[in-house]
Amino acid sequence: MNIVREALAGTQESSDLMVKVAPAANELEIIINSEVIRQFGEQIRQVVDETLRTLNVRAGLIIIQDKGALDCVIRARLQSAILRATHEPSIDWRIMQ
Amino acid sequence: MSPLRRSMLFLPGSNAAMLSTAFIYHADSIMFDLEDAVALREKDSARLLVFNALQHPMYQQIETVVRINPLNTPFGLLDLEAAVRGGADVIRLPKTDTPEDIDELEGHLVRIERECGREVGSTRVMAAIESATGVINAVAIARSTPRLIGIALAAFDYVMDMQTERGDGTELFYARCAVLHAARAARIDAFDVVWSDVNDEAGFLREVELIRKMGFNGKSLINPRQIDLLHNAYAPTQLEVDHARRVTEAAKEGERNGLGVVSLNGKMVDAPIIEHAQRLLERAAASGLRR
Repeated sequence: MNIVREALAGTQESSDLMVKVAPAANELEIIINSEVIRQFGEQIRQVVDETLRTLNVRAGLIIIQDKGALDCVIRARLQSAILRATHEPSIDWRIMQ
Repeated sequence: MSPLRRSMLFLPGSNAAMLSTAFIYHADSIMFDLEDAVALREKDSARLLVFNALQHPMYQQIETVVRINPLNTPFGLLDLEAAVRGGADVIRLPKTDTPEDIDELEGHLVRIERECGREVGSTRVMAAIESATGVINAVAIARSTPRLIGIALAAFDYVMDMQTERGDGTELFYARCAVLHAARAARIDAFDVVWSDVNDEAGFLREVELIRKMGFNGKSLINPRQIDLLHNAYAPTQLEVDHARRVTEAAKEGERNGLGVVSLNGKMVDAPIIEHAQRLLERAAASGLRR
């Protein structure tokens, strides 16, 4: 999927996260800020990488402000932000699972 | 015996914190709401949140229901795709007016189940009746598909349609009776309306007592504080359990003696009384005793 515009998803509330995405040429930059970065930083990064890989996102700026969200919430918010930032007319559910 | 469905806790599908913690409250079913509780601009995000939450291990041991948007909106079918593919046990169809509404849902369910490799027929359905037309058609709706686990009355739209307002329950009298009879005739569950004033526990308990006596399986809830109150009100008392045990013992004694009908403390004990006693004991075993 190609990120063609800036998009946001999520909230700054506890147990949630805010995801900001923006287009970038030929480069994928991921910035993660989290209240639990010491304990779960690696796991968050893993969920983010895996989600971007399954969505086939290869370029863009991804900024995550995590407030202690579960993996399933991270995945959902990232998927929402990416889908809002693309021109995809419909969701390919096979790659979302 | 069908699973206990006394409490169905509504959760706004867009609220990450509630979706992450709701399983700790031990409602009989969790109902992820993608309809009225979600703002228009968050429909897409809530849908994905519910889709992902459904697959989390915390929701594998509890019955999950997803209230989708009506199928005649731009959101309904997308919600259905997410809910079925996410693994929801039950789809709650709002504003069900006719059995054709369920037929339409059924067609989509079969297609999605086939596409995602889910067993056809494994997604169950609950019809929410929210209008005078729906109440009139309750029997046909209740018998519309074997997928149906129950029908639920939803009060807010119904009283609007009836040009009245929520009050002491008089305004729901006919609808409750009609929905309940339709459910029982079809051998499915019946669920009562939400009680929206969470601070009025006395009013909530009065309404629970009424619907329990009428025969409803349970109620949709909007606050976790209502779960324990509801479960306790639905639990049998020690006196009821003691009596049920005496009934079943008397029945066994009668069976040993070749009698179809026996007497307990001067009262006749026949098949319906025995069946009631057995159900009560099953309920006590599942829910515990009333405090």
